[in-house]
Amino acid sequence: MELKEKLVSSFMAFEDTVDVHSTIHDIRTEAIKSFEAEGFPTKKLEDWKYTSLNSVLKHDYSVFPKNENALEFKDIKKYFIHEIDSYKIIFVDGKYSSHLSQTTHDGLDVCLMSAALTKPKYKVIIDNYFNKIASKDGLTSLNTAFSQEGAYINIPKNKVVEKPIQIIHFSTGNEAALMLQPRNLIVVNENAHVQIIERHQSLTDHPVLTNSVTEIFTNKRAIVDYYKIQNDQQSASLIDNTYVNQKQESLAKVHTFSFGGKLTRNNLNFYQNGERIDSTMKGITIIGNKQHVDHNTLVHHIEPNCESHQDYKGIFDGNATGVFNGKVVVEKLAQKTNAFQANNNILISDKATINTKPQLEIFADDVKCSHGCTIGQLDESAMFYLRSRGIPEKEARALLMFAFSNNVLDSVKIPEIKNRITKIIAKKLGVNIGFNL
Amino acid sequence: MSKYTEDDLREELKTKEYEYGFYTDIESETFPVGLNEEIVIAISKKKEEPEWMTQWRLEAFKVWKEMTEPDWANVNYDKPDFQAISYYSAPNSKPKYDSIDEVDPELLATFEKLGISLDEQKKLAGVAMDVVVDSVSVATTFKETLGEKGIIFMSISEAIKEHPELVKKYLGTVVPQKDNFYAALNSAVFSDGSFCYIPKGVRCPMELSTYFRINQAGTGQFERTLVIADEGSYVSYLEGCTAPSRDENQLHAAVVELIALDDAEIKYSTVQNWFPGNAEGKGGVFNFVTKRGLCEKNAKISWTQVETGSAVTWKYPSCVLKGDNSVGEFYSIAVTNNYQQADTGTKMIHLGKNTKSTIISKGISAGKSQNSYRGLVQINARAENARNFSQCDSLLMGNECGAHTFPYIEAKNKSAMIEHEATTSKIGEDQIFYCNQRGIDTEKAIALIVNGFSKEVLNKLPMEFAVEAQKLLEISLEGSVG
Repeated sequence: MELKEKLVSSFMAFEDTVDVHSTIHDIRTEAIKSFEAEGFPTKKLEDWKYTSLNSVLKHDYSVFPKNENALEFKDIKKYFIHEIDSYKIIFVDGKYSSHLSQTTHDGLDVCLMSAALTKPKYKVIIDNYFNKIASKDGLTSLNTAFSQEGAYINIPKNKVVEKPIQIIHFSTGNEAALMLQPRNLIVVNENAHVQIIERHQSLTDHPVLTNSVTEIFTNKRAIVDYYKIQNDQQSASLIDNTYVNQKQESLAKVHTFSFGGKLTRNNLNFYQNGERIDSTMKGITIIGNKQHVDHNTLVHHIEPNCESHQDYKGIFDGNATGVFNGKVVVEKLAQKTNAFQANNNILISDKATINTKPQLEIFADDVKCSHGCTIGQLDESAMFYLRSRGIPEKEARALLMFAFSNNVLDSVKIPEIKNRITKIIAKKLGVNIGFNL
Repeated sequence: MSKYTEDDLREELKTKEYEYGFYTDIESETFPVGLNEEIVIAISKKKEEPEWMTQWRLEAFKVWKEMTEPDWANVNYDKPDFQAISYYSAPNSKPKYDSIDEVDPELLATFEKLGISLDEQKKLAGVAMDVVVDSVSVATTFKETLGEKGIIFMSISEAIKEHPELVKKYLGTVVPQKDNFYAALNSAVFSDGSFCYIPKGVRCPMELSTYFRINQAGTGQFERTLVIADEGSYVSYLEGCTAPSRDENQLHAAVVELIALDDAEIKYSTVQNWFPGNAEGKGGVFNFVTKRGLCEKNAKISWTQVETGSAVTWKYPSCVLKGDNSVGEFYSIAVTNNYQQADTGTKMIHLGKNTKSTIISKGISAGKSQNSYRGLVQINARAENARNFSQCDSLLMGNECGAHTFPYIEAKNKSAMIEHEATTSKIGEDQIFYCNQRGIDTEKAIALIVNGFSKEVLNKLPMEFAVEAQKLLEISLEGSVG
C-alpha cells in the first residue's frame, strides 16, 4: 500500500523535526514498528468486516502541511458553539492557532500536547498516562508514532471546570490532500468535572483524512461529559479512536453526533477499572448520499457493581451505509454488572444499508445484560395522525424522526449544544420547525 | 558393515512401496488412516457408487485440499489431525456386549431416567438382541405405509443407486461442495446418511423419527442427509436421539440439506446428545455440522434443535428464503456443562419478497462451559417487506461459565422490519426459595425453572420427543447446582 510506505518513510523526517526526551522517542519508534507490521486494517479483520478504507487511502496525502493558513474568526464562527463562553483549543491544518484559541494554566491545564510532551514540568503526567490505554492496532499505532500535536487537558482534584472546552480542527484545503493525526490526552482527577466538545471541520472539498486518538482518564468520582460533533464535508473522512480508562465511582459520557463526512469510523473503548462506575455512550447518526458511518464500541467490565448504557440511533437515506458494532465484555469478577445496549435504525432509502452487530461476552453469572436492536420504518399510523392534523408530510416525517432520536438528545447537558444539534438535524431533514424541541 | 549406498536406498523404497503401496484394499473393513484421492475413490467403490458420484467426491476433495480449517468460532480445542483418521469403517455388525449386564451401569441409569424401553436400550448400547422380529416387522409396516404414498425414505447410498436422478439433481445445491472446510470434507468422504423425498402434495403421515430410531445402525462420522419436499408436501423429520451415545469417533462433520419446493413445509428437529467428555473435559466429540435449507415460494422450513452433548459444537442451521412469502424458523436450546463449548446459531438469508423469519435461541451454561450464539440475518435489496424477529436468552449457572452473543444483522431494504433482543440472567435465589418453600428440592426447582426458560423451544418438538428432551435437560444439568 502506497500510503503505508509513504508514512513509514516519512517517519524518519518526522523524528528530525521533533526534539523530545527518550521515553517518547521509544514509544514512537515502537509504534511505527507496530504500524509497519499491522498496516491499515482490511475487511478481513472481524472488526472491519463492514468498513473498507480503500477509497479513503487512495489519495496522496501530505503528511506535514507546509504553509500556514490564517483564518478569521468571523469566517468560521458558525462552527463554534459561540453562544457560550468556553476554553478553545483550535488547530488549523494540524497547527495550533493561538489567536483563535483560549487556553489556560490557571488552576487547570488546558493547553497543547506539543508543550506537554516537551516541557519537563509535565513529565510525570506524560509518563503516567501517555499511551497507557491506547491499543496497539495499526491505526492507533500510526497516530502514536506521529503524535506531536493535540489537546492536553489536566483537571486537578476537586475542580469543577465552569465552562466547556472546545477542541476544533480546521483544514483549509491548502494542500491537495491532507492527513491529520491529532493526539489528545485528558486527565480528570478526583471529584473533578469537565465538559468537552470536539469537532473536525474541513473548509474546502479537498480530501482530508483525520486519524485521531484521544486518551481519557477519569479518576475517583470524576465526571466527564464529552460531545463529538461530526458534520464534515463530503470529502473529509475521520477515524476517531477514543480510549476511556475509568476509576471507581467515576462517570464518563460520550455523545457522538454523526451527520456528515465521507467515511466516519468511531472506535470508542471504555475500560472500567474500579467499582460502581457508570459509562454512557449515546449517538445519533443521520446520513445520506454515499456516506458511511461506523460506530465500534467496547465496554470492558472488569470490576463488580458497574453500569454501562449504550444507545445509538441511526437514520439512513440515499446510498448511505451505517454500521454498529457494539461489544460488552463482562469479566468473571464483574458481578452485579448492569449493561444495556440499544441500537435502533430507520432505513429511508432502498439503497441504504445497515449492518449491525451487538455483541455480549459474559463470564459472570449475577449480571443483568441485555441488548436490543431494531431496523424498521416510521410508524405509518403516527404519520397518519400527524397528517390528519394538517402537518405537511415532510414536517410530519421530521417530527417523527426527532421523536425517534429524542432520548439521546435529551441527555445532552449543555442546552446550546442541544439547540445546535436540533438545528443541524432540522437542516438535514430540510425542515424549519420554528420552535425548539 | 557394508556401506549404505544409493542402491540400497532405492531397494528399500521399492520394498516399502510394495509393503504399503498406494493400493487400497477395498475388501477390508477399515481403511488405513489418512486421506488422499485413493481413499476417496475407494470409499466410492466400496459403496458401489456410479462414476458421477465418484467424480463429485473427487471435486470436493480437490477443493478441500486447498482450504484451511476455520478458526473464527468462539471455541478452543486441539485441531484434529485429518491424516490420522480412518475415513471408512463398516458398521460394526458384531455386538459389543453379550448381555445387558455388561453395559456400563451409568449408561443404563440414564436410559432408565429417559424412559427408554428395554429392547431399545439394548439396541442403543450395542447389546446383541435375540428378538429382532418385532422391530423388523414394525419397520416393514412403516415402509409399506410410506411406499403407498410414494414417499422415498432410505439411506443415501441406496438412493444414489436407486434414484440417481433425484440425488444428482439436488445433492450439493444447498450446501455446495466448496461451501466450507467441513462441508467439503464431508462431500469427499461421507459414509452414509438418509435420503427422503416427499412427492407433490403428499403429507407424510408420520414423524420420520420412529422408523429412524429403530432402523438406524451406526451412521459413521460423516453423515449426509438430503430431504426434498416437493410442491405442497409436508414432512416432519427427526434426527438424533435423546439416548447418550458413547461414540468413539472424535470428529463428526455432517451435512444436512433441505429443499422445500413451492408451498412445501419441512420441520426438522434434532436432539443431539453425543459424549461431551468427562467432568474434567477429557475426550468428547467434536461436532462440526453444516445444515441448510432452501425455501422456494410459500415454503416453510423450521429447525428445532436441542443440543446437550458434544465437547465442541459448531452448528448453524440456516434458511435461504429464496421464494416470495417463504418462512424460516429456528428454535434452539443449547445446554453446556463442565468443559463443553458450543458456538451455535443460525443464518436467515432473505432473498424473496414478504419473507419472514423467527429465531428463538436459549442458551444454558453451567460448570466451566462456554456457550455462544452466532447468527446472521441478512435482508437483500430485493427482499421487500421482509420481517425478522430474533430473541437470544442466556441463562448462567455458576460464575465459571460464559454466555456470549454475536448477532450479525445486515439490512439493504428500507421496508425491512428487524427486531433483535438478547438477555443474560441467572436463576434467581428468590425463584429457588419460592420452590423450596413449596417442598420442591433445589435440584428439581432448577429443572423446573430451566424448563420454563426453554418452554418456547420445547413446545416446537414433536410430542414424545419433547417429553424426553425435558428429561434430558434435567440430566444434563445434574450436579450443576451451585
